[in-house]
Amino acid sequence: MTEKVKVRIDGEVIAATAGQTILEVARTNNKYIPALCYMEGLSTVGACRLCMVEVSGVARLLPACTTPVQEGLAVATTSPQLESYRKMALELLFAERNHVCAVCVSSGHCELQTLAQEHGVTSVRYPYSYPRLPVDTTHPRFVLDHNRCVLCSRCVRTCAEVEGAHVWDLAGRGVGSRLVSELQRPWGEATSCTSCGKCVQACPTGAMAEKGFGVEEMTKRRAAVSRLTSMREGE
Amino acid sequence: MATRKATADTRRRTTPAAAGVESAGDAQATQPVEAQRPAMQTVTINHVSRIEGHAKITIKLDDAGRVTDTQFHVTQIRGFEKFVEGRPYYEMPSITSRICGICPVSHLLASSKACDEIMAVRIPAAAAQLRELIHCAQFVQSHALSFFHLSAPDLLLGMDADPAHRNVAGLLESHPEALRDGIALRKFGQQVIERLAKERVHPSWMVPGGVNAPLDPQVRIKTLEELPGAMAIVQRTLAMWKRALDGFPEEIEAFSNFPTMYCGLVGPDGSLRLYDGNMRFIGADGAIIADQVRPEDYATYIGEASMTDSYLKAPYYKPIGFPDGIYRVGPLARLNVADRCGTPLADAELELYRARFGRIVQSGFHYHYARLIEALYALERMEQLLANPAILATKVRAHAGVNNLEGTGIIEAPRGTLIHNYKVNENGAITWANLIVATGHNNLAITRGVHQVAERFISGKKIEEAALNRVSALVRAYDPCLSCSTHQLGVAAVAITLVGPDGEVFDEVTT
Ligand code: SF4
Ligand code: SF4
Ligand code: FES
Ligand SMILES: [Fe+2]
Repeated sequence: MTEKVKVRIDGEVIAATAGQTILEVARTNNKYIPALCYMEGLSTVGACRLCMVEVSGVARLLPACTTPVQEGLAVATTSPQLESYRKMALELLFAERNHVCAVCVSSGHCELQTLAQEHGVTSVRYPYSYPRLPVDTTHPRFVLDHNRCVLCSRCVRTCAEVEGAHVWDLAGRGVGSRLVSELQRPWGEATSCTSCGKCVQACPTGAMAEKGFGVEEMTKRRAAVSRLTSMREGE
Repeated sequence: MATRKATADTRRRTTPAAAGVESAGDAQATQPVEAQRPAMQTVTINHVSRIEGHAKITIKLDDAGRVTDTQFHVTQIRGFEKFVEGRPYYEMPSITSRICGICPVSHLLASSKACDEIMAVRIPAAAAQLRELIHCAQFVQSHALSFFHLSAPDLLLGMDADPAHRNVAGLLESHPEALRDGIALRKFGQQVIERLAKERVHPSWMVPGGVNAPLDPQVRIKTLEELPGAMAIVQRTLAMWKRALDGFPEEIEAFSNFPTMYCGLVGPDGSLRLYDGNMRFIGADGAIIADQVRPEDYATYIGEASMTDSYLKAPYYKPIGFPDGIYRVGPLARLNVADRCGTPLADAELELYRARFGRIVQSGFHYHYARLIEALYALERMEQLLANPAILATKVRAHAGVNNLEGTGIIEAPRGTLIHNYKVNENGAITWANLIVATGHNNLAITRGVHQVAERFISGKKIEEAALNRVSALVRAYDPCLSCSTHQLGVAAVAITLVGPDGEVFDEVTT
């Protein structure tokens, strides 16, 4: 049933299985494509647009995390145009919220920060929007700082798909979008939250953290969340 | 000239006339006096160089060119306390340490202590020892910076030396050994901080509940090896400074040489404390006015007046009121307040210091001398702390949630008493914060000191080099950290202006 296909990534011919995404194929073959909203073991949403690649014969750029491979597909993972788009996307993420890495619990272990470093984002060319955003400290063990949220929805999917609690959702539109817990209830009052902390581990930035961690102290165990799904699939 | 009486005190009681008082209602009393002064000239000193931050000094002259009033204003905006509202309390050490690139360790410690209170924990003994150790290292580096890098050009080359040479480059030519000592001493302090915290600026090693990693035994060995060298530098410098002091009779006499109260932390036995201890207030005559004031009671004793022309608040001793409750903090104050240092070498030096200048030393010029004695004390404390193997214990952090809705942490920063006071809600989000920094406590004394120096050295419509530099040097003696005071990051600078009877600007200088 699993149909084998041949694709080219940056010129190299690679054997893949139909239905796999470009990102999955690239990752299993040690080809680097940046990604932020993608997390192994979760459904894909194509929210961050950092994984955009060029596909020959297709005029527009396609997100590698949601585009399935097919026979003969030829992908370029990098080009001057892709680089400039990725840099732009990263800068816009920074401009949208208040990221002060110097005082952030995740500094040094943050996927957004790492991506920015990898892509040479040393300054942001767009005006910062400095939104006034709250910090939800109501949960006894965890804290949500909207200032550092990139709306990747990894927490939403982790909670719904892995834990099965579906505490989180994204409300609003565009720059007004906000992560909400249980129909706008403070996290600490969300009755469906099991306090498992998987969302915190899945969050790529310092937006979700365990309470009591100081600057640079919050390391996360994302692989543990991904492993849960792969173990279930194996059953 | 040399026989001039050093009695500027009582007349100067009303000097901070430009202060608008928020809490006390006596500001109006000074207003009419202002209004009645028809002919007045003003000298404004902008950008006093070689201090940390931004400040401006205005000196008003009457028709005869006599000083009538002085103001020491800080020109940046506070707003820090508002900005942290809503943040989890345990982020405060790292956030507040960003107030200042000069004294991050002081803020980290005061903030961590306030957080310890919110958590209601007693931190492990080794953690307290390690915090004191890094604090002492910060004292050494900060005092070295103040004495050698910032003030030595005036002190070693002379107040009247050619300004083109009265700087670090000039020092390199004439006093290379002193400069080398200064650099080495500061480096020693910085390296200890780096070794302990793995980062020199804004170390994240100090955390609520203790520190986040135990002491590496190698760091203990290395630091113990280097301590004698650092000690020798301070002793050399002290010997040199004790000889040099005779060359500054006018500065000693006129550099805010007036009676004030003093405030500093002391241990249960009245000895000098930098990291822990309770507050003691003494009067100008040395009488203890309040003793063993616990951190949580600070607001009973300290009031804060807002100055209309400066963002720097002016704290005062509440039971006495504003502005008579003026007190000083920092090295001079600590050595006045403490019965003794508590370490042998520093105590021997303290005895000589007191034998020469009295049990209570009033002249702001002696901040320099006091700073050197404290540097010696800090090195001795480091040695004592490191000599005890208990400092290697691996339990260095207490964990807890919110157990108190308010916490206050007080330490002696190199520049003086530093107070962090936070209130949180049940979830640990900051609802209110108040910070009182060393330069804030000294604000009134600096203003009054500028007046005294200006009166002594300024005459006529021009800011002469000698006057300009002495006013700046007075400010530098207090080693003010203006980025701390205004809770804003800033570049080192202050400026001076001279305004005539009709508000006309006579002269303006940036040093
Ligand atoms: S979440 Fe990441 S990028 Fe944002 S402030 Fe924290 S470390 Fe910086
Ligand atoms: S909280 Fe974290 S995981 Fe959730 S949407 Fe925001 S950045 Fe993504
Ligand atoms: S990783 Fe593909 S869009 Fe975010
Ligand atoms: Fe400072």
